[in-house]
Amino acid sequence: MSFARSAIASTRAAVSRSAGRRAFTSSTSRRSESLFVHRDTDYNNPSIPFEFDAENLKRAHEIIARYPPQYKKAAVMPILDLGQRQNKGWTSISVMNAVAKLLEMPKMRVYEVATFYTMYNREPVAPNFLQLCTTTPCQLGGCGSTKILETIESHLGIHAGQSTKDGKFTLIEVECLGACSNAPMMQVGDDYYEDLTPESTIQILDALAKGEKPKPGPQSGRQTSENSAGLTTLTTKPYGPGAHCQPEFQ
Amino acid sequence: MIQPRSSILRTLPRSLPSSSSSALRIRSRSLATVSDPPVRHYGGLKDQDRIFTNLYLKHDHGLKGAQSRGDWHKTKEILLKGDSWIIQTIKDSGLRGRGGAGFPSGLKWSFMNKPGWEKDPRPRYLVVNADEGEPGTCKDREIMRGDPHKLVEGCLVAGRAMNATAAYIYIRGEFYQEASHVQQAIDEAYKAGLIGENACGSGYKFDVYLHRGAGAYICGEETALIESIEGKQGKPRLKPPFPADVGLFGCPSTVANVETVAVAPTIARRGGAWFNSFGRERNSGTKVFCISGHVNNPCVVEEEMSIPLQELLEKHCGGVRGGWSNLKGIIPGGCSVPVINQEVSGKVLMDYDSLKDNGTSLGTGAVIVMDNTTDMIAAIARFAKFYKHESCGQCTPCREGTTWMMNMMDRMVEGRAQEREIDMLLELTKQVEGHTICALGDAAAWPIQGLMKNFRPEVEARLAAFHTRHGQVMFGGHLLSEADQRYALPDNLGGDTIRQIASA
Repeated sequence: MSFARSAIASTRAAVSRSAGRRAFTSSTSRRSESLFVHRDTDYNNPSIPFEFDAENLKRAHEIIARYPPQYKKAAVMPILDLGQRQNKGWTSISVMNAVAKLLEMPKMRVYEVATFYTMYNREPVAPNFLQLCTTTPCQLGGCGSTKILETIESHLGIHAGQSTKDGKFTLIEVECLGACSNAPMMQVGDDYYEDLTPESTIQILDALAKGEKPKPGPQSGRQTSENSAGLTTLTTKPYGPGAHCQPEFQ
Repeated sequence: MIQPRSSILRTLPRSLPSSSSSALRIRSRSLATVSDPPVRHYGGLKDQDRIFTNLYLKHDHGLKGAQSRGDWHKTKEILLKGDSWIIQTIKDSGLRGRGGAGFPSGLKWSFMNKPGWEKDPRPRYLVVNADEGEPGTCKDREIMRGDPHKLVEGCLVAGRAMNATAAYIYIRGEFYQEASHVQQAIDEAYKAGLIGENACGSGYKFDVYLHRGAGAYICGEETALIESIEGKQGKPRLKPPFPADVGLFGCPSTVANVETVAVAPTIARRGGAWFNSFGRERNSGTKVFCISGHVNNPCVVEEEMSIPLQELLEKHCGGVRGGWSNLKGIIPGGCSVPVINQEVSGKVLMDYDSLKDNGTSLGTGAVIVMDNTTDMIAAIARFAKFYKHESCGQCTPCREGTTWMMNMMDRMVEGRAQEREIDMLLELTKQVEGHTICALGDAAAWPIQGLMKNFRPEVEARLAAFHTRHGQVMFGGHLLSEADQRYALPDNLGGDTIRQIASA
């Protein structure tokens, strides 16, 4: 065998005789962003009790009433969200089980939903949950989300997908959050912070670290997504009821 | 009678002033002697013709403010006109779906009223697609924040047209402020008796519910959206049966975009002819455009359909950064449509047909502008990553193909690929496109096809630059210099290239 190999090798004059085994793939395997299986841990296992509190139970019944009675399970998404809010921003296996019990549906059907949608955090997150949009429009607009990502990473000393040691911040990269005209932007909890610059990002982070809540919305001074150099439309007073309508609707 | 051209010339009197120019004019005229109608210029919509008068949240978004801006005005009369009147008005207006596909709305709504629909005991649903997730798109957000009552009223009017019993508004979970504004509008409307048991006093019973999603782009596809409301994973269904037959909770349903639904009451009040007077034929109406990327002042703006793209950018967004000559390419309709280059961008009109004729699409009207500083390959590679992330995993070509496309695009950003892999990538996109249940596979394929169609030399230059630095690259991004050359290289690693090099 070794003789045959060396014979073949000797027929090739110009080849390098690099030692080592032949690799079938040269790239390392890349792990998925999140694990889709549940593994019991000390902080996330089914024996940790979770019950909806009275207020959320009332809300849950209001939500269930929106759907036909035979389709109670349609409420699984909003009620998982309720559970996540009650459970400090993340959906543990106990939350999922509680939802399954409340909606009288198989647990597995709840697990399916909770693993499919990205807004259910199946690992604990810090109170300041930073979701930075890095999709192309945010990458292009303003100063670009790459700069903002670098700013946050260097300011907090973490990478996307990690939490700070003091447990105050979790940073993740997310796909388009639908505020493209106000790029770059990030979501903190439920609030959008738009038109970011490295300076305003640091201001927001510092305020959040102190426990304050900076004013959400565009940080550039404009109100929403109007032209920042002055309105080009809707400069006049809006027309009133019946104006410009057909005679019968005037 | 048609005369031969020479005889027309011969009959011209000699004494005609400036005979040479008029003769020229006659000579250039074709057989028809009727003069062309004056060329109409589109754009320049007046404020009085804008439907969304609170797009920038300058006014109160609550019921009182909405009523002062003309919402809920004589809605009862619209409802009493009946379903066929509303549908005919929408047909007359030429409204086409604003969610991207551009299907005529009046026709779509009429599918709900098949002969004998009254005998069907099932409830009927209008589902409003507010799962705005297409990168570049942020128009529905402004509508729901500023004019939530237009949406709720639109649900009622569109629901009446299709004889629906209830409407579900599926809003993406990240839109918290938007969802609370819409919920506030729904609560106010119930309280004022505008919807509910006896909507607007018309005797028609109609409910509106809000359903918040939880972060899945695929739920913007209509059947995935229905699945999601039913409390399942948002995986698109096979069609047929179409939602108009078996939709939400197994009942007849129609899914429509926020903008489509929200313009309906205003069209009903102001007339189909009014709406139809804007834009070119078959592309009529007003449209909310959202412009992002490399313009001086990105914004969301309602304009007339068929406005020239260049004018849209220069009038409302302060132009491209560094001037029009600094433009590299534009994605005119959200990330799923192919990119167009500067030359094409200068001549297209923002409507369904003009963009289609130029190899792209209006999509959602989300204009993403890229100037010369843009790394076009990286921009499209980011889209490939987006689609990889958002593929629901149901169909194999899309699940595997999007990952594969992302990996290939990532290598091309670096330049680490063989020239022939550009064509392999294109072939791959063709194998994903059209082979999946929903259009996400197609949408993932088109940006890459657009890139290779318009910017292929740039990709090739990137590869060539990498090759000069690192030597020949084989398929899969393997460097020839790193290959173990004791063995024959298999052809699927680009082994034939080695033979080429050896023979050269």
